[in-house]
Amino acid sequence: MQPVNPQLTRRRFIKGVIASGAVAGTTSLWYAANGQSRPAGAVERMIRLNVNGQDRTVDVAPQETLASTLRYKLGLTGTKLGCNRGECGACTVLVDDVPTYACSVLTHSFKDGRIETVEGLEAPDGTLHPVQQGFVDALGPQCGYCTPGQVMAAVGLLRANPNPTREEARMGLAGNICRCGSYDSYLDGVMRAAEIG
Amino acid sequence: MAYMHIGKDFVPPDVIGKVTGRIKYAEDYTREGMVYARLLTSPIPHARVLEIDASEALAMDGVFGILTADEVYPDGEPQSTGLKILTNEPTLVGEPILALAAVDEKTAESAIAAINVTFERLPFVLDPLDSLQDGGPNAFVGGNTFGQQGFTEAKWSSDQVASFRAGNAPAEDAPTTGPIPTFAYGDLEAGFTAAEDGYIYEGSFTTAGYPHHSMEPRSAMAYWEDGKLYLHGTSQSLTALANDMAGIIGVAKEDLVFINAATGGGFGQRARAGSIPSMAIPAKLSQKLNRPVMMRITREEEFTIGGARQGFQGWIKVGFRPDGVMSACDIFVVSDNGGKGGGADAFSAADCISILYQTEAVRFRGASVATNTAHRGAQRGPGQNQIAPIISPIMDVAADALGMSRLDIRVVNSAQTGDVGGPQRQPLTSAYMPEALRQAADAFEWEGRQTRRRQRNGSKVTGLGIGQGYHNAGRSGQDGIVMMGADGRLKIHNGVGNLGTYSYASTSRAAAEALKMPWESCDIITGRTDYHLPITSPQDGSNSIFTNTRTCYGAAMDMLAKMKEIAAADLGGEPADYDVSDERVHQIADSGVGMTYAEVAQRAMELGGRYTGEAELPEELHEWTQIAVSRLAGSAFMGVYHDPAHSNNPPGFTVTCTEIELDLETGKYEILDMVSIGECGTVMHPQGLKNQLVGGVVWGIGLSALERHLYDPQNGLPASTGYWQSKVPTYLDTPVSIETGWVDLPDPENPVGARGIGEPTQGSVSAALTAAISDALDGHIFGAAPITTDMIINHIAGTQEDAVALAQNNFRG
Repeated sequence: MQPVNPQLTRRRFIKGVIASGAVAGTTSLWYAANGQSRPAGAVERMIRLNVNGQDRTVDVAPQETLASTLRYKLGLTGTKLGCNRGECGACTVLVDDVPTYACSVLTHSFKDGRIETVEGLEAPDGTLHPVQQGFVDALGPQCGYCTPGQVMAAVGLLRANPNPTREEARMGLAGNICRCGSYDSYLDGVMRAAEIG
Repeated sequence: MAYMHIGKDFVPPDVIGKVTGRIKYAEDYTREGMVYARLLTSPIPHARVLEIDASEALAMDGVFGILTADEVYPDGEPQSTGLKILTNEPTLVGEPILALAAVDEKTAESAIAAINVTFERLPFVLDPLDSLQDGGPNAFVGGNTFGQQGFTEAKWSSDQVASFRAGNAPAEDAPTTGPIPTFAYGDLEAGFTAAEDGYIYEGSFTTAGYPHHSMEPRSAMAYWEDGKLYLHGTSQSLTALANDMAGIIGVAKEDLVFINAATGGGFGQRARAGSIPSMAIPAKLSQKLNRPVMMRITREEEFTIGGARQGFQGWIKVGFRPDGVMSACDIFVVSDNGGKGGGADAFSAADCISILYQTEAVRFRGASVATNTAHRGAQRGPGQNQIAPIISPIMDVAADALGMSRLDIRVVNSAQTGDVGGPQRQPLTSAYMPEALRQAADAFEWEGRQTRRRQRNGSKVTGLGIGQGYHNAGRSGQDGIVMMGADGRLKIHNGVGNLGTYSYASTSRAAAEALKMPWESCDIITGRTDYHLPITSPQDGSNSIFTNTRTCYGAAMDMLAKMKEIAAADLGGEPADYDVSDERVHQIADSGVGMTYAEVAQRAMELGGRYTGEAELPEELHEWTQIAVSRLAGSAFMGVYHDPAHSNNPPGFTVTCTEIELDLETGKYEILDMVSIGECGTVMHPQGLKNQLVGGVVWGIGLSALERHLYDPQNGLPASTGYWQSKVPTYLDTPVSIETGWVDLPDPENPVGARGIGEPTQGSVSAALTAAISDALDGHIFGAAPITTDMIINHIAGTQEDAVALAQNNFRG
């Protein structure tokens, strides 16, 4: 079996965990992480992010999570917050092709990163990304709330492993919960995406 | 029958929005001038608020105001169970006491931290048996149960509680209590006498309570404009919920615009306004502050007020005649109603046994007792699905004792068309359980696999299980509206919620079917109530497919009749001389004589009156529908219908077969294979049905293996507020692939033959799994759901802890 994502190194994972611990420890800190506050300090606030291929200059608080920046500063509400503490995967985005829980990393950590959200997958003419089309063909979504995260996890998987086995797809998406239980249909969608991709 | 749309897959309109992230849930909206609400919630499980000092908070920069229970209920809080918007008498940890709005959530949190609330601590209880015991604490000030007489106190003697806790039969005179009726039918004594030469099982059981944990927290945003309330919320049911939510908020129905294009999961707890009154908080704060208010709900808050399944502590005795017929069932359930009262799960469990196994005599008794734990309410198959994993291994030991196959004993006891069930002996609209059993057994190669039963492979042993699920699956008495403008497109107004079943779309296809309308020429009008939608039943109880195909089809048939009237009047002949095809109404004898749908709609608008909803409306239309019709009247050609009530019970059935490999050294098991078959009448939407079946598989795994509440017994604090602590199944807990299928035989009491299916699969899957575990362990019955690895290991080690509720829920802390 191929690694789920060769770019997700142990070092990178540990760094992510440390960052998530810094921001997602308690409920109240979530709101601190929304970037709504204006704490004093000399930390650079206006930073440039590359999101869906575009450079965006954003006012980002030091303790702000990537999910908050995407949703509340850039209006990219396709990235969902299901748990806001790294349990469900609804907020999954790609950072340099690596599926990343946007609720559990600090935006400031990704000033040099290439961030992709579900909104960036469609072609300019409206053609769906193969994963999106695969999910439509297989009717992967049920309630749809976890779907953007499932889509991004699947895109990350297929970039690392364009022709996964069903078992590999299952492992690749294992960080994304679907409370409706649509796992079987999502896996159908991933396999379909690999076919049409 | 050859259908245009029924039984065919299609792309529901909202799927593209779901895969692109464009579809909006409540928290995705924003509004100019929007402020943010946060909740101050109870830190203790049972208390009375004596004083609230918010002076410091209200003086803080960026704080706009607070909302308290005194403002919400100026005449005093209702003396009932059920969630309240806000309360001064919290009966569970996390219950909202007040809400505060500020310029941002950080400020709101800081301000809430500055509020001083003086609580009077009150006794609390986590285990209903502790409360039931004479002298035990009560969850409410007025008692530990609530019924028609209001709050009452139900108590057993210490000896009665100790005996029941030890797994013994309750005393014949054990007091029953709670909001649910007991029932009995048939001759119970004769049934057990008949089983003396067959097999009689008697034992105790427990099932765990656990949260719904929908993916979307129940956030809501509200604002008022020109006297109307615009509420962006979340719900399983669109018009049914809005209709009642207007009353909770205190706004006229015609002045509430409920906007809910998509809902991130429901599973029972977002079907009715009473189970999600928190949406009234931003509505009332917005009214008070004259600003848009967004109230985001956290995962922890979603756990607390988001609802949970009732847990059972029960005793059951089941008798089988020598021919395998279940001749008697005596069941007693003490159900955990949680801190806000709960559903009638125990009643439904007994009702399920009666229908699923066609039991000749049943006695159900029970006590529904409150505890200071999470709000309880309907959760996917409430009652039916708790009892399914309990009863299935009992069927198996009976089969083994009687020398029958485990498949045959289920066929012998299965429901068929013409059968009745439940305490009212209500006829089933149709039932094809024998067909479902055979189809599942064939697909699974059940007979051929029997050679693998209990086969050892090192430390692993194979278990085979078969399970059945049931839920009532259909209602009636609702309304339908279809419209057609001069463009000839069919607009199907549908009040069903969008929680992911796609039934809002698949039921709409019944209207297209009636008018032989290409799907491309149809628009589903839904998502917000100012689109003028008819009332429908709350979208729970697996009812939507049955209920709303009746209304959509009925409204379309009304339009069809009017089309023929118009054509006959304009083109000659009688309405009966006309038929429709290719978007035309035409003479049967000469299809060249006719009108296009666009032309007939244009003509209808010229005629007005009954053709455009301005006259001769069905008298029984619900008030909500009347408002919708009055606003649509005169605008286009209208078909409108009130579905009369029907009396019989449309059932939804499923059968699941599974093979597991259980490791005797670790207690873990792997699901090697699984087949689930649905029996739900005519299939409306195969992909949607498949999704309900595989979703039920995942929920069944959670019920039988994983999910449970845990509470700190000293302080009553919930310890399983997140997805991690209250483990929901993931990809890795689920088989790599799941085979599904369906019987697909029509129900005669539905115009397209369809019945619902959302809930039973969880029951049949959990039943098959507990049966397979029992099979792998030589027929041992745990009498529990979930069966956790430690319970399995304890059994293998000879440590008899499996009947102790400690291992699975809050009962013993």
